[in-house]
Amino acid sequence: MSGLRTLLYKEVLRFWKVGFQTVAAPVMTALLYLLIFSHVLDGEVQVNSVRYAAFLIPGLVMMSVLQNAFANTSSSLIQSKVMGSVVFILLPPITYVEFYFAYVGAAMLRGLMVGAGVLAATAWFAPLTFVAPVWILVFAIIGGGIMGSLGMIAGIWADKFDQLSGFQNFLIMPLTMLSGVFYSIHSLPPFWQRLSHFNPVFYMIDGFRYGFFGVSDAAPAVSLAVVAASFIVVALTTLAMLRSGYKLRY
Amino acid sequence: MGVAVSIEQVVKCFGSLRALDGVSLEIAEGEFFGLLGPNGAGKTTLISCLAGLVRPDQGKLSVMGCDVRGDYRAARRQLGVVPQELVFDPFFSVRETLRIQSGYFGIRHNDDWIDEILHNLDLTSKANVNMRRLSGGMKRRVLVAQALVHKPPVIVLDEPTAGVDVELRQGLWQFVQRLNREGHTVILTTHYLEEAETLCGRIAMLKQGRVVALDTTSNLLARFAGHTLNVRLANDACLPPALRARATQSDGYSIFRLAGFDEIEPLLAAIRVAGCTIDDLRLTQADLEDVFVGVMQGVKVSEVVQ
Ligand SMILES: Nc1ncnc2c1ncn2[C@@H]1O[C@H](COP(=O)(O)OP(=O)(O)OP(=O)(O)O)[C@@H](O)[C@H]1O
Ligand SMILES: [Mg+2]
Repeated sequence: MSGLRTLLYKEVLRFWKVGFQTVAAPVMTALLYLLIFSHVLDGEVQVNSVRYAAFLIPGLVMMSVLQNAFANTSSSLIQSKVMGSVVFILLPPITYVEFYFAYVGAAMLRGLMVGAGVLAATAWFAPLTFVAPVWILVFAIIGGGIMGSLGMIAGIWADKFDQLSGFQNFLIMPLTMLSGVFYSIHSLPPFWQRLSHFNPVFYMIDGFRYGFFGVSDAAPAVSLAVVAASFIVVALTTLAMLRSGYKLRY
Repeated sequence: MGVAVSIEQVVKCFGSLRALDGVSLEIAEGEFFGLLGPNGAGKTTLISCLAGLVRPDQGKLSVMGCDVRGDYRAARRQLGVVPQELVFDPFFSVRETLRIQSGYFGIRHNDDWIDEILHNLDLTSKANVNMRRLSGGMKRRVLVAQALVHKPPVIVLDEPTAGVDVELRQGLWQFVQRLNREGHTVILTTHYLEEAETLCGRIAMLKQGRVVALDTTSNLLARFAGHTLNVRLANDACLPPALRARATQSDGYSIFRLAGFDEIEPLLAAIRVAGCTIDDLRLTQADLEDVFVGVMQGVKVSEVVQ
């Protein structure tokens, strides 16, 4: 088990050493989103009888969790592949399962830290409730796990930084932006509403938000089922990839 | 003495290139073994197969009796590899790097051994410096240190002295020789053939993915080399054709390979009889480089025959 512990420790130390960039900067970005959007829309829009600024905050928190979990694994892996330092983790007797949990664990941790930071920085701007805190935590953890795993897949698959940013810009960004971070999907035209129901990120955000307000677009149990199933699929895919040595062991 | 490393009929292709074309080697415990060959011969690929970084298409490899594939965790514990490429993790200091590397092998509280390695590699004063701030040669020393944190019974050094200064080179070899005396098996690749000649007890030469020579260093030197007599004639004169045919030309010298010292006198007599005056004369002991060149050229010929 010690291989796992050390790898987890190394991955945490890696982002923590550049914490300004990996934790403080995303909090700042989320705060800017909040200031701009709530300035424009607060007072004019209410979602599910919640004030817009309050509605927006959980969305921003969850978006930060997801984006940073993805960023952590993907950037760590591509960097060590490009730099060649990936051999240091390929030479020791670390199993692929340990490898997976160490990377995803660190990604979750960074996601949760940034999420907590965003929450602490934005909670002042609108009255928040915490109707079901366990749901908040469960969705944040599983969401971070999914995105951390996707980041591993992207980081292992990509040979160059621009391939990674392609993955990020054409898959991750649209999925998160079109998931209801900034709006309720009930305000969308029917076609886009239906389409949103195929986006797993929608369920992550919606279930997460349910934990705050006790109201949501989809039934929270459905969201949990979709999110848990997505996690299992993504985790098994990542594990299979690691096991095969794809793009790591030639 | 048991077998430290066993390599059986290993084949590895990259696309249409056969980087390893049926390599078999057996290295005994406690050996100091040299793996030589020109660029692209497959040395690094072979080492990578041993370390599990590259998966061979065919063949079997084991380290201290542990199968590299089936029993990979045990096999990797037995092996310390210094990679050829100068790689490092820019986030950490030297000591952090070594502690983390120890942890990967399940070793905690390794500071005594880490200090000893640092001392022997002359890195003590750099222990708390970030990897990014080290010079190239120092980064290479850290690579050596990283390979040793878990005291592996088998140490593989893939060109460890490229870009390393003379002093450290000597220090490094003293350290590695000490480890070898203490029972560690050492496998070394290098393009500095005099290093291999002085350090290695046995040598394999690889060419285009095949082992083309495998013997003790002294046998290789005796078999291929012996001595040479290098002769330069005054006034750029030419040797008569019969003598010319026996020599190879290099830098104005005619170089005669000698099977024994008794060949010298008749040779000099023949030159005198031909009416040539000797301007300069050298007797040299051929070294591993001559053997290397001989082996590599020899293979070309036999390939043409095939
Ligand atoms: N990942 C790879 N993909 C494709 N070809 C490869 C790969 N790795 C090595 N090769 C090829 O395999 C052959 C053997 O390479 P290898 O690195 O083992 O040589 P080497 O003996 O270590 O050479 P050098 O002395 O230059 O280090 C070379 O032709 C090389 O181009
Ligand atoms: Mg090489």
